[in-house]
Amino acid sequence: MSGLRLAWIKFSRDRLAFTGFLIILCLILTALFAGVLAPYPEDTFKIRPAERLKPPSLKHFLGTDSMGRDIFSRLLFGARITLIISIIAVGASLLIGVPLGLIAGYFENWLSELIMRIADVFLSIPQIILAIFLAQTLGPSIPNVILALSITYWPWFTRIVFAETRVLKNAVFIEATEALGTGPLQTIVLHVLPNVSSPIIVRSSIGMGYTILTAAVLGFLGVGAQPPTPEWGVTIAESRQYLPEAWWYATFPGLAIFLVVLGFNMFGDGLRDILDPRIRRGFE
Amino acid sequence: MSRKVLFYIVRRFLYFAPTILALLILVFFISRVIPADPAALVAGEMATPQQIETLRHYYGFDKPLHIQMVLYFQQLIQGDLGKSLYSGRKVITDLFDRFPATLELTIVSMMISILVGIPLGIVAALKRNSVLDHMLRGLTVSGLAIASFWLGIMLQLSFGMWLGLTPLGARIGVPEPKFVTGLFILDSILTLNGNALLSALKHIALPAITLAFPSFATIMRFTRSGVLDVMQKDFILYERAMGLPPGLIVYKYLLRNAVISTVTQIGLLFGLLLAGAVVIETVFDWPGLGLYAYNSIVLSDYQAILGVTLLAGIAYVAVNLIVDVVLTLIDPRKAEE
Amino acid sequence: MDQNLKEALLVVTKLIVQFHTDRGVVKALDGAELRVGKGEVVGLIGESGCGKTTMARSILRVLPSGGRIINGAVFFKGRDLLAMEERDLNTSVRGKMITLIPQDPFNSFNPVFSVGTQIKDILKWKGEAKANRGIDETIIWDMLGQVQIPSPEGQLKKYPYQFSGGQRQRLMIAMALLPSPDLVIADEPTTALDVTVEAQILRLMTGLVRGREISVLFITHDLGVASEVCERIVVMYAGQDMEDGPAEILFSDPRHPYTIELLESLPNPEGKIRDIPGEVPSLIHPPEGCRFHPRCPSARGSCSRQRPERVEVALGHWTRCFHPVR
Repeated sequence: MSGLRLAWIKFSRDRLAFTGFLIILCLILTALFAGVLAPYPEDTFKIRPAERLKPPSLKHFLGTDSMGRDIFSRLLFGARITLIISIIAVGASLLIGVPLGLIAGYFENWLSELIMRIADVFLSIPQIILAIFLAQTLGPSIPNVILALSITYWPWFTRIVFAETRVLKNAVFIEATEALGTGPLQTIVLHVLPNVSSPIIVRSSIGMGYTILTAAVLGFLGVGAQPPTPEWGVTIAESRQYLPEAWWYATFPGLAIFLVVLGFNMFGDGLRDILDPRIRRGFE
Repeated sequence: MSRKVLFYIVRRFLYFAPTILALLILVFFISRVIPADPAALVAGEMATPQQIETLRHYYGFDKPLHIQMVLYFQQLIQGDLGKSLYSGRKVITDLFDRFPATLELTIVSMMISILVGIPLGIVAALKRNSVLDHMLRGLTVSGLAIASFWLGIMLQLSFGMWLGLTPLGARIGVPEPKFVTGLFILDSILTLNGNALLSALKHIALPAITLAFPSFATIMRFTRSGVLDVMQKDFILYERAMGLPPGLIVYKYLLRNAVISTVTQIGLLFGLLLAGAVVIETVFDWPGLGLYAYNSIVLSDYQAILGVTLLAGIAYVAVNLIVDVVLTLIDPRKAEE
Repeated sequence: MDQNLKEALLVVTKLIVQFHTDRGVVKALDGAELRVGKGEVVGLIGESGCGKTTMARSILRVLPSGGRIINGAVFFKGRDLLAMEERDLNTSVRGKMITLIPQDPFNSFNPVFSVGTQIKDILKWKGEAKANRGIDETIIWDMLGQVQIPSPEGQLKKYPYQFSGGQRQRLMIAMALLPSPDLVIADEPTTALDVTVEAQILRLMTGLVRGREISVLFITHDLGVASEVCERIVVMYAGQDMEDGPAEILFSDPRHPYTIELLESLPNPEGKIRDIPGEVPSLIHPPEGCRFHPRCPSARGSCSRQRPERVEVALGHWTRCFHPVR
């Protein structure tokens, strides 16, 4: 049985990871097909003053907001925004963080020290605060949020890749390839990288969850997306003044965030259990 | 304390010093080098071109970069973080003013996370795979997925608005207790002010619980896996085989080993709490640094945000240093590194 | 010395132990039996996975989670340990009448407590009057001296990582002897040590034990060590006891086919190692009857259906085999 097939079987048996995977799948489909799935796709920009703040009903599944817009439709489009922000942010962090981690781990010189210290510095300020600071400097907008998130998340990738690379570096097979005269670049890309891919994947999934949360916080604080963008955090911020009467306004976007982050976390956890050979099973 | 441990502590100090230095430089870089016009940023949106020019000259933004950096460090050492647009006062004064509120909130949250998280983590580990364990693990997973500001709003909605059990915001509903430390709970105890104590506790309940939730989930998770890990170890088997009372094994031997993994997380947790403070204070109208940061965002009060960022960074590094030292005292092997 | 004359201190009868794991139920011990006399050093030998450690843990009733004692009895000084109250067992037997020298001295100490704390805790919580009777340190120092730890007075404050492997094992021996036990279970005590250190430790152990009429259940997979140290040897395979006899006789005149194969697998002077043909069986689906029968050159007839009973083939020498050799 090929390794991939075995991994898939293990994976589908792990209810947690599988559920997470399904949730992520739903998120992606929702984001892609929001225009088709939403009953009121025009509500991303159109307002209906007559239907302000209506509770959930057959006409509007999750009620309407302060401008009479259908919350359900806006949530679906919000999924698209959330996904875009997070994928790009995590992707960028990965592209910055992984190579730096590989270099720092493989070489044991002043460069490694420097890279890791820089990573430490970025990690020394809590991410949200640094993201707020950056966003304020650059001006509040979605692209700047993505930038801020990327700049604050890359050290996590670097740290984990660094640790794994260091361990691997001393493994016999790396010494063997070095002895054969393979240059460092080749060694890193062909030999080290495939072996650190599992922690990277796990970290990416958990990173997605974390980034989605942080992006929502930034939206809530008004530092990222701005109204009338149907971003989930922005919607919750809008809803505050209409509580407690319009409870649906705040509740559903939050539930959406919760479900999505949960999905990524479960998936990441499940992946970690499968991919990490160091987990002990059975007795003793 | 052995000499080795002392040396280790000194070494850690020396390690962190450049980090703080680099942090300060990073903030400088972001605030002076990146923006197109740092003066306009600091001056705010309402400023006239003339005001911007005055500011530019006052802060020295018209000077070359390396001179600016010198000025920057000079100001920092003197504790000059500029003026807040909003309050008109020095930023550093504002920070000192708002600090106790956030400190109190953070301390109470940390206490809740630890006092609830560690025991529950131990219970979950000892009763592994039981119904209780699964429920607790469900709680852990949720704790890390819930947006804390949303949780705060939901709690506010249910306990504050619908049930009317807790106040909706602010730090206290009766006149403040006499100032001793600035921490209302402590001060009301010290000055024997029952009214203030009650009010302070009622007001801090929801914000602290909300803020504590993700940290509590993390602590519980790490304690649980820490205990499970230790339970597998050979020395636990040996202790059992040699007839040590089970209570002793759990509360003395196992606990210390497990707590070590949790203590390493506390530094990280503090960062979580700091970050969370911004949103929680906003939601609950808690007059601390977080709300200050939020207001500064709304008003584009740049110097204020810069001040908060610096403070957060330095505090975070300081706490990590302290945690490191404490760890060495608990686990003497660390000093060997 | 004649087996019959020695009073039996420990008698394990028909012990059946199973482990429940993700992969199925592991039938680790299948009606295993064992006898240790007063003051006797009995070796328990066999390949890894044959159940030696499980036997030790079952005697002390400290099986890992998933482990269950299904049947059998462990008579110690006349009482069945398996029927005893847990509390009783803990305060009067474990770490007092029966002590353990574990396999891995590196990991058997708790790293974050001083050596002294751990030694005292083992001595403190025993007997009816529990709680903090002050422990006389001089007794501990004396024992440390006997296990050849230099300047014992200053050692108690130190942490385990400050001692070498050999020293840690000496400490383990000291801890095993301090409570004045009747039986010491030594689980592969020298496996984790250097060969040079091993010899010292073995000498130390045999010396200390001989003086005090202490029984030892010496578990090992190393036949050479067993032959040096043990008076009597029990051979185990796949959870079943196979042969039981005085050491010299077992080595010179083995009767069980497995014992013979085991002895022949030892490197001979020409340096050739002969493998025993076949594989160690899965304990989840073990063979019926005598578990060695699939690999046994003498297997026939009832070997695959029934488990042989203990038969005395010579004075003090038992075997479980339908067709013992010669």
